[in-house]
Parts: sequence; structure tokens; C-alpha cells
Amino acid sequence: MQVTLLQQWVGVAAAMMLLVVFALLAQRHMHALLRWFALQGIVLALTSALVANVADVPELYISAILALILKGVLLPWMLWRIVINLGMHREVEPLVNVSVTLLIGAALVLFSFYVSLPIEKLSQLVTRNTIAIALACVLLSMLMMITRRKAITQVVGFLAMENALFFTATSTTYGMPLLVEIGVAFDVLIAALVFGLFFFQIRKTFDSLNLEDLEDRQ
Amino acid sequence: MNLFDLLLGAPLITSVIMAFMGHTRSATSVNIAASAIALITALSLAYRVLQLGSFTAHGQLFFLDAYNVFLLSLTAFVATTTAIFSGPYMLHEQQIGRVTANRLRLYHSMFQLFVFGMYLVLTTNNLGVMWIALELATLATVLLVSLYRTPAAIAAAWKYFIICGVGIALALFGTILIFATSSDVLGHGNDALTWTLLYDNAGQLAPRVMTIAFVFLIVGYGTKVGLVPMHTWLPDAHGEGPTPISAVLSGLLLNIALYALVRCKTLVDGATQGDLAGNLMMGFGMLSVLVAALSLHRQRDVKRMFSFSSIEHMGLMTFAFGIGTPLANFAGLLHMTAHSLVKSGIFFTVGHAAQAMGTQQMINIRGLVSHHPGIGWGLLIGTVAIAGFPPFGVFTSEFLLFTAALHTHPWVVVPLLLGLVVAFAGLFRHVQPMAFGVVPDNAASIKINMLPVYVHLGLALILGLALPPFLADWYQTAAYLLHGTAR
Repeated sequence: MQVTLLQQWVGVAAAMMLLVVFALLAQRHMHALLRWFALQGIVLALTSALVANVADVPELYISAILALILKGVLLPWMLWRIVINLGMHREVEPLVNVSVTLLIGAALVLFSFYVSLPIEKLSQLVTRNTIAIALACVLLSMLMMITRRKAITQVVGFLAMENALFFTATSTTYGMPLLVEIGVAFDVLIAALVFGLFFFQIRKTFDSLNLEDLEDRQ
Repeated sequence: MNLFDLLLGAPLITSVIMAFMGHTRSATSVNIAASAIALITALSLAYRVLQLGSFTAHGQLFFLDAYNVFLLSLTAFVATTTAIFSGPYMLHEQQIGRVTANRLRLYHSMFQLFVFGMYLVLTTNNLGVMWIALELATLATVLLVSLYRTPAAIAAAWKYFIICGVGIALALFGTILIFATSSDVLGHGNDALTWTLLYDNAGQLAPRVMTIAFVFLIVGYGTKVGLVPMHTWLPDAHGEGPTPISAVLSGLLLNIALYALVRCKTLVDGATQGDLAGNLMMGFGMLSVLVAALSLHRQRDVKRMFSFSSIEHMGLMTFAFGIGTPLANFAGLLHMTAHSLVKSGIFFTVGHAAQAMGTQQMINIRGLVSHHPGIGWGLLIGTVAIAGFPPFGVFTSEFLLFTAALHTHPWVVVPLLLGLVVAFAGLFRHVQPMAFGVVPDNAASIKINMLPVYVHLGLALILGLALPPFLADWYQTAAYLLHGTAR
């Protein structure tokens, strides 16, 4: 089977995504975490632009710009502001030791490849590997949500998961139809606003952003 | 098609208006009026479908068939009665200082936005837009759950947000997988996500991809349906939010999520020609019934208890649609209707009871029958109806469900029946002392509005005693539609 230029590029992008998600998992400091998160948004935008260029799908340029503004700049900046305003410059506080988390992460990647085994080649673009890596990114983001103690790291995990989904859409299908793409971006934006609102409510009510405090009140 | 514009426009515009005037005295009437307009529109659309069969509107953007138009009417109806109920209820909450004018604005605005989201889920012909609308409805309700800003309410809303957010993200992954295979068949564009076209070409979609997609869809939308083990957000969100919201969450939002799941199931069945999707649904459904029935016994908060009963009934419906024969689908649809009506009626009653007794803790709610006969008997009759006693609609649908199960999987009847009995015992164990018992000293006399409850229970009674022929016909068309065969 001839491997096209596009497939090679998508392969590189997928590897980058996976790397960034692992980097997110490995971070111990809030600021570094947010920097990697912003980088993820930029990788995402680049992937979209790349696929748009090589596969000649002009629609995807709009997605790329949307991703760059929303996920590369706006959301990380919002989270950054919240971190500074609430005065939390400190540690990420994982529930599970970071190295153990990384090992679990590696196991999840293997699992994703195993799940994707029955998928045969779908089209010119989709290879089994991209679906597997996309799934791995989703699961790894979920792992990040589960193993972190603070509300804000949970949110980074949630948004990283949205990024992974966005990546899945671009790398396996040339992106969803524009209508859907914009709708999803809109929902993510609203979700981020609601998150921001919540941080202040939680902070006001519980005097901390530790989720264990939330659990105690139930 | 102006009717569609009216149906979707009324709640959307009202939502914006309410952001400015939601705290005024007339807000309640506007809320009711907007819901009533949508109800009338929904009914006229339903009439059209009944006369002419399914149709699409605005090109391929919207579509209606027997299945979604029935749910549309039900949704619009319960939304209207909830708006009627919420008027005096929220007024009382304002008087005792639980909500401020600002929050009342938020409440009314988000209520209408939530209703808009549900109508969009039901009418859209696009798989992606359906996802977006469901997420929108979730986001609107998150703010409603945390309305009281108590620590418990904020914790519940956070849990709801995170768990449903993750769930619905997984559903998006499933949707992307479907698009990955359907864009090969239908071209890269909106066509590849259009229900009507997907159904016509289901046979050409890659079966393995569809199978994997369905696993994500059932976990994703199943989270919103409240299937065990993804149900943990549900009791908290129902328990801590304002009662009108518990009523619509339980009576409507869970239905809408199930609607999405069943649509996907029909599509996956068409692609794979197997019964994996159905079996998965039956498994999750059964587990939900059993776990919820046992959990019912351990509850202390009355709204949490009834939310576990919702999980149980959603499990039953999921099970019915999982069997997937026309008879089982018929039972599932009937159960959806009856459960929606009865459960939202119960939540209305419980809301009044909690206001009269000043607490939601069941141990402090006593003697409702002698204190407020309307509330007491409403609660008792509602519980009788939801527990599946004849002559209410829930009994009929459960009976049909068991008949259908006996045809295909006879052994499952035993654990299911056991689950129902355990749930029944749990309900009455808690409700009986609440209804009879000695009235506590601090019980207050409040202005109650039981009309919506009586209407709901009355309709459930009609469903059980004499199902109108046109309705039966309608369910039957929808049931065959979901089975994937022409009648």
C-alpha cells in the first residue's frame, strides 16, 4: 500500500498529540500544565491547517483559525487568569503518583490499539493508527481528570479531551461539517464560561478548590 | 415551514427576554404562555404527521416521524405544566429567601433555553446538531441545579457537569466514528450526518466501526439517561436543584437522552445486522433496574429516593428498546409517556410537601394526608402509579414489556420482576409514614397548586384504562419504525 504524503503528515501530527497529552499527565506545576495545554491547542490548529492544505479542504482553515483562537489562546488565557486571581500557583496535587499515572497511561495506549484492531482501513485518510492514537488521547485526558485533586486540573483534563476529539475529527474525517464544528466550538466556549463561574462559586462556598472538600458536604 | 420556526423560536426568544424580565411578576405568565405556544405548535405538527406521515422541513435540516413527534408533544406538554407549577413554587422560594431576583431571572431564562435545547434534539435531522443541542440542554440545567448556591447544590452541579461532560464527550467520539464511515458513502458534508439519509444507506456503513461507535454512544448518552454505573450524578442533581427542575430532568431530559440512544441503536442495527447493540442495552437496563431498586431503600432525602426510581424506570425502558421487537418498542414508548407524566407529577407533589414541612428529609415529613390532604393523596396515588399498579399506564407498559421479554428472553423476567418488587417495597416503606404518621409541629400551611398533578395522573390513568385508538396506532407506527421494518 502506498503511503501518501498526507498520511505521513497526519502520522506525525498524531505522534505530537500523544506526546503532548503525556506531557500534560506528567506535569507537577500548574503553570507548566497550562503552557502545555496551550501548546496542545496550537498543535491542533497546525494539524487542521496541514490537512486543509494537503487535502485541499478549504473549510478546515476556518476550523484551524477557530482552534488557534479558542484553544490555543483564549481558553489557556482564561484559565491562567483564574489561577492568578484565585492565587493558586502551586502544585497540581495528583491523587496517584505521577510515575504510576504515566504507566497506567502507557497501558491505556496499548488498550486503544487493541480496541482499534478490528477496524479495517476506511478511506484514503483514515488509518488504524490514527484512530487508535485519537482514542488513546481521549482516554489519557480522562485519566488526568480522574487522578487530579483540584477542580482546575479536572477542567484542563476536560478541555484536553475536547481537543483530542477535535483532533479525531480532523485526522480521521477531514473535520466534521462546518455547521457541527462551529456548534461544538460554541458549546465548549459556553462550558468554559460555566466552569469559570463555578470556580468562583466553589471558592466562595468552600474556601478551596480541592474536590475532596466538595465530596464531604454531600 | 413556519411551525418549526415557531416551535424553536418561542423558547429561544423567551429565554433572551427572561434574562431581562425574569424577576418581574409577569415572568411566570410569560413563561407559561411561551410554553403553551410551543405546545400548540407541537400538537399541530403531530397532527400533520398523523395525517401525512413523516416529513422533512427546511431542506433536510429538520425532520419529523412518528417517533420524535410523539416525544415532542410529550415534552411540550410536561414543559407547559411545569411552567404552571413553577409559578407559585418559585414565588414561595423567593418569599422564604432561597432565591433572589437575579437568580429568578437566571432560572426563567435557563428553563426556556433548556426547553429549546430539547426541542432541537428532537427535531433536528443532523446527528452532530443533536449532540450540540443535548450539550446545550445539559449546560443550561447545570446552572439550574446550582441555583440555591448551597454547598451541597454546588457540589451536585459540579458533579453533574463533569460526569455528563465526559459522558457526552464520549458520545461525540462515537458520532465522529459514524461520520468517518458514513462520509465514505454519502460524501464529506452534512449529508453524512443526516438521519434520514443514514437510515436509507445503513447497509453500506462499515459494521465494525459502527459497533465500536455504538459502545461509545451507549456509554455517552447512557450517562445522560442515568444508566448504572454512570448514574452517580443523577440523584445529587435531582436532590439539590429546585423541584420544577427535578421534574423536567426526570420526566424529560432522561427521555431525550434515551431518544438519542435509541435512534443510534436503530442505525447501528441497520449497519451490523446483529443484535449486539440490543444486548448491550438490555445489559445496562437490567443492571440499572436492580441497582436502583436496592438503592431506593437506603435513601433519606425524598427527592433522591424518587430519582432512584427514575433510574429504575429508565433502565426498564432501555431494556425494552434493547429487546427491540415491535411489541417491546411499543412497551418502551408507552412506558416513556407514562413515566414522564407520573414522575413529574410526583416531583410536583414532593416539592409542595417539602415546602410545607420545610425539609426534604423523609424522616421529618410526616402526616401529609391529614395536614394537606391534596398533597398526601397526590403522593400516595402517584406512588401507586409509579410502582406499577393497575389501572395506571405504568402497569400496562410493564405488562407489555414482560410479555415481549417472555417471547424472546424468558429467563430475564425473573430478575426484572424481582427488581420491581424490591423497588415497590422501597417506595412504600418510605412513602407510607410520610403520608400517614403524626404531623410535626413546624408544618406550615402553604398555597398549593395541585392541578398539574391531577392532570398528569389523570392522563396516566387514561393510558392504563383506555388507550385511545389513535394513540395506540401512533405508538405502533413508531414501534415498527424503530424495529426498522415497515408495518
